[in-house]
Order: sequence, then structure tokens, then C-alpha cells
Amino acid sequence: MTALAEPPVGHRPPDRPARGGSRGAARRARSGAGRTMQGGRLTHAVLVLAVLVSAFPLYWTVVAASRSNADLARVPPSLLPGPHLMRNFEAVVREADIGRALVNSFIVSGSITVGTVLCSTLAGFAFAKLRFRGRGALLAVTVGTMMIPPQLGVIPLFILIAELQWVNQLQAVILPGLVSAFGVFFMRQYLAQSLPDELIEAARVDGASSARIFWSIVVPVARPGMAVLGLLTFMAAWNDFFWPVVALSSSEPTVQVALRQLGGGYVNDQSVIMAGTLLGTLPVLLVFGLLGRQIVGGIMQGAVKG
Amino acid sequence: MTLTAPARTAPPPALPGRAPGARRAWRRASPYAYIAPFFTLFAAFGLFPLLYTAYVSLYRVELQTPGDMQWRGLGNYTALFADEFFWTSLRNTFTIGVLSTVPQLAMALGLAHLLNHRLRGRTFFRTAMLLPYATSVAAATLVFSQLYGRDFGLVNYVLGLVGTDPVDWQSGTFASQAAVSTIVIWRWTGYNALIYLAGMQSIPHELYEAAEMDGASRWRQFFHVTLPGLRPTIVFTAVVSTIGATQLFGEPLLFEGSLSGGISHQYQTLGLYMYEQGWGFFHLGRAAAVAWVMFLLIVLLVGANALIARRRTRKEAGR
Repeated sequence: MTALAEPPVGHRPPDRPARGGSRGAARRARSGAGRTMQGGRLTHAVLVLAVLVSAFPLYWTVVAASRSNADLARVPPSLLPGPHLMRNFEAVVREADIGRALVNSFIVSGSITVGTVLCSTLAGFAFAKLRFRGRGALLAVTVGTMMIPPQLGVIPLFILIAELQWVNQLQAVILPGLVSAFGVFFMRQYLAQSLPDELIEAARVDGASSARIFWSIVVPVARPGMAVLGLLTFMAAWNDFFWPVVALSSSEPTVQVALRQLGGGYVNDQSVIMAGTLLGTLPVLLVFGLLGRQIVGGIMQGAVKG
Repeated sequence: MTLTAPARTAPPPALPGRAPGARRAWRRASPYAYIAPFFTLFAAFGLFPLLYTAYVSLYRVELQTPGDMQWRGLGNYTALFADEFFWTSLRNTFTIGVLSTVPQLAMALGLAHLLNHRLRGRTFFRTAMLLPYATSVAAATLVFSQLYGRDFGLVNYVLGLVGTDPVDWQSGTFASQAAVSTIVIWRWTGYNALIYLAGMQSIPHELYEAAEMDGASRWRQFFHVTLPGLRPTIVFTAVVSTIGATQLFGEPLLFEGSLSGGISHQYQTLGLYMYEQGWGFFHLGRAAAVAWVMFLLIVLLVGANALIARRRTRKEAGR
């Protein structure tokens, strides 16, 4: 099972970018028919259609969030944004405490990202470059549980959190969020391919301490991989749904918990619900807009569904 | 990236005899220091809950007093199997799983094939197709349930334009399951297309050249070179999607906002059923039993997946 479940990592060494670049162009030039086929008009048309379908629900969120509830019940429906965006934002901040949810989500996702990237780089380095007893077995356990959805452990986790008196506190979401078998595996693959053994050996001969080797040799080499892992982790943490809904409540919500409240019938105004959806989605779309290219690269190197 | 540790900063030659031993000991122990942070968290918040689920499922545990556990043996399981809504949700999980996974992967394969052409603006296409992946389950579901509104939803309006009667996307069994499935399809098709694209780009181009020389058409190349080359990737995405479908939760929860997945449980999934048992009816023990059933189901499905893949490979090899 584990052999099959291993993600298609390593199709391409991470230091060789999938996009553009002279090397990419050279590769394309000598690659076979299946890859160099020029995209015709039909190909473009279908892809444009796919992009429109991908983007439309988000566009519709903007339309619905900027209209009044009465507008949304009109036939034919209006397909362009209206003038009520600010009013709906104010309403959702008032009724669903979206402001607090946004702050909480930044705290939670930020902590999870920093912690996960750090833990994963440390462990990934050890698995990739150090020899120690039990390495194979420990790595097998890590990779083997990668495919088991954490949702299945939610009940004992809740009991644990309740015993610790952490229900409805942010650390209840942050600490379990730091566990990322995928992150360890990702960093292991990255460092195995991009960190030459000689570099570590040389530093050792020079008498650098273990911590010193990590901070001044491993981390600089690992940085691009850490950045991609950080992006994927931030998005996954921001969008995580099941556990925050279980562990938190409307008095200390993350964005997703607040959206669940909005959808749970507490607010009847559709345009207000859409305004909340828009506010909760904007930060991650912003990250995506700025760094989408890197996220695409990271996923093509073999990401796994969060 | 340069070596910033010159030889001069090597440990002082003081304490001869002891330092090398201590250093060797540290050298041997330090790998464990590197993995300690991850494994501590992993043991506490990853492994322990998974294993403990089986244990909890044998007890009566109430949501308000989770520390107080009473032995119940297999009582949670018999209660589960006697509940018709458990079977409904099991069936729904299966039908929604098929409705969402099959079209999703088929479309992703087609899109990946198109993305593999030489294109103007290919980064744009790839990024735009990943937009749904960046959208949270909650946000996507809230928007879609608005679009699927019975009276004022855009979907029914468009259907009306082509002369079809409005569909009640909430209360019809098939209609609601199809609607929930489209949310899953929307969110994951682009993601899977990129995974397939990565797989396609790793197929050796010599294979295409050979096929070309044999006079194979584009379509034959797709079926006889691309698809076989993609098999490991396809199995991988099928496994991941199956696991995702088995634990579907956010979409059916927020589609109407009810724990029962519609008035007659018409689109309640196992994930939602588990949540309803634990946080709607306060039976944490029974919820743990549902989780354990889900786990066995996943093992079964993934095993079947692997078996099919292996048999097909063997058949191909014997050909």
C-alpha cells in the first residue's frame, strides 16, 4: 500500500524548474511529439473554458457580495458587481465577527507554517543525510501514515484537548496542525537531491558543530524547498475545516469556523454570507496571486491533498 | 552557502581525551535530536489519536464528560449497524464518491493532455486552473449552494433559459448528490490535472519518437504511450481521491447547513454522520466507531485499488 501511495515525487529534481528558462526550452526542443505539439485553436478554446469555469464561482462571490439580498432574488439575475460591497462587509464583521476570525486565522496559519517548516526541515535533513539506527523504520512509519486521514483520529484528539482544557483555544488547532508527515517527506526528498554530501563532510572536517552545520549549510540549501512547503502549508492551514470546527467555536473562530457559522443559518442574508466568504478567501487568493507560480511548481513536484 | 566555519573555530584543544568521546557520542545522538520535534508532536497528535480511536469505540463516552468512559464492548458497533441512517450515509458516501471522483479524474486527464501542448500563456493556464484548490471547502460550498438555490439560483435560471424546469437541488436525492459532487469536482480537477501533467512530462520522449516512426496517430500515442506511462500517477490520484471521498465532510455539512445532510439524509456522508453522532448527539464513543469503520473502508478500497493495478500490470506484462 505504501509503495503505491507514495506520491510521484522526484519526477523532476526540484532544482530543475518546470517552467520557462533556457533549460526548459532546450528540453522541450528535443522532446518527442507528445510534448512539442503546438496547441491549436481548439486546445486554447477548451483551456479558456476551463479557466472560466474555475474562476466563475469566485467572480460570482464578488457579484453576490456587492449586491443587496433583494438583488439576488431578481430575475433575470444581475451578473455585474453592485454598489453594496462595503455595507455587506460591515454587516458580516458585525454579525459573524469576521475581523477576529481573520486575526485568528493569521495567528494559527502563521504558527503552523513556521513550526511545520522548521520541524520538517530538521527531520527531513536527518532522514536524507544522517545515518542512525531505526532510520528506515521511522521513515516508513512517517510515510505510511501520510495517507491516513487525520480526521479519523479526531475523537481521541478531542478527548485529549478537553482533558488539557484547551477546547476553544487556538493552541488546540496549532499544535496538531504542526504534524505534517508530508512535510518531512517533502523536505527529505528535496535535501536528498540538492544537498551534496561533500558539503557536510567538509564542514565536519572543519570542526563545525551539528547545529552550525544545520544553520549555515543545510538551511541555505533548503530555502527554496522550505518556501514551497511553507506556501502549501499556509494554504492548507488557512483552509483546514474539520478540526477547527470541532475544537473551536464562534467565540474564538478561525475564518473557516466563522464561515461554518454563516452557513449554519445564523445569518439569512445571502449577500452578507457571500461578503464573509469573500473576506475569508481574499488573503489566500492574494498569496496565490503573488506566488501562484511557485505553488504550481510545488504541486507538480508532488504535493498531496491536505 | 559558503562554508562559514573556518578551521580556526574548531573546538579548543582543551580537555583532551574527554572531548572527542563526548563529541562522538553527540555525533551518534544528534540525528535523534533532529527528528525529536517532529516525532514528539507526531506521537502525541498524530499516532496516538489514530490508535486510540479503536479503544474509544468500545466505550460509552459523552461529549460533555469526555474523561468519563464506560465499557460498552461492541455496543457502539451494534447500535451503528442497527441504525438505518448509517447505511444511508454509507450508500451516499459511495455514490457521491463515484459521482465526484470519476468525472474529476477523467476531466483532469483531458486537461493535462491539453496543457501538455506548447501553449501561449501556459503559466497562466496552470495557475488559473489551481484557483479552486486555493479556495476553502467552506467558501466553495457556500458559493455553490447559492448558485444551486431552488428559486433564485443561477443554475436553475440558466436551465430555465434552455427550457428545462427548475431542479430542486436540495431535496432531490440524485440532484443533491450531483450538486455536492460538482463542488468536489470543481475544487480538485485542476489540481489533479497538474499532477497528471507532471507525470506526462516525465514520460521519456523516445517512446513518442518510436511511436511516431511506427506511424501511430496522436490519439493512438495518447492511449498507447501516455496512458500506460501515467499508470502509477493515475493509481496515486485514484487512491488519494478515494480517501478524500470516503471522508467527505465540509461540502455536505455546509450545502444546507444541517448535520443530517438534508431532510431525509439524502446526501449525508459517513464523515457528516460521524460528526452528527459526536457533536450533534454527544456520543463520542459511537462517533469513534464510525471513524473506525471509515478506516477499514479506506484500507479495503485502497487495497482493491492496488490489486486492480497490479493485476493489470501483470496482464500487460504477460502480453
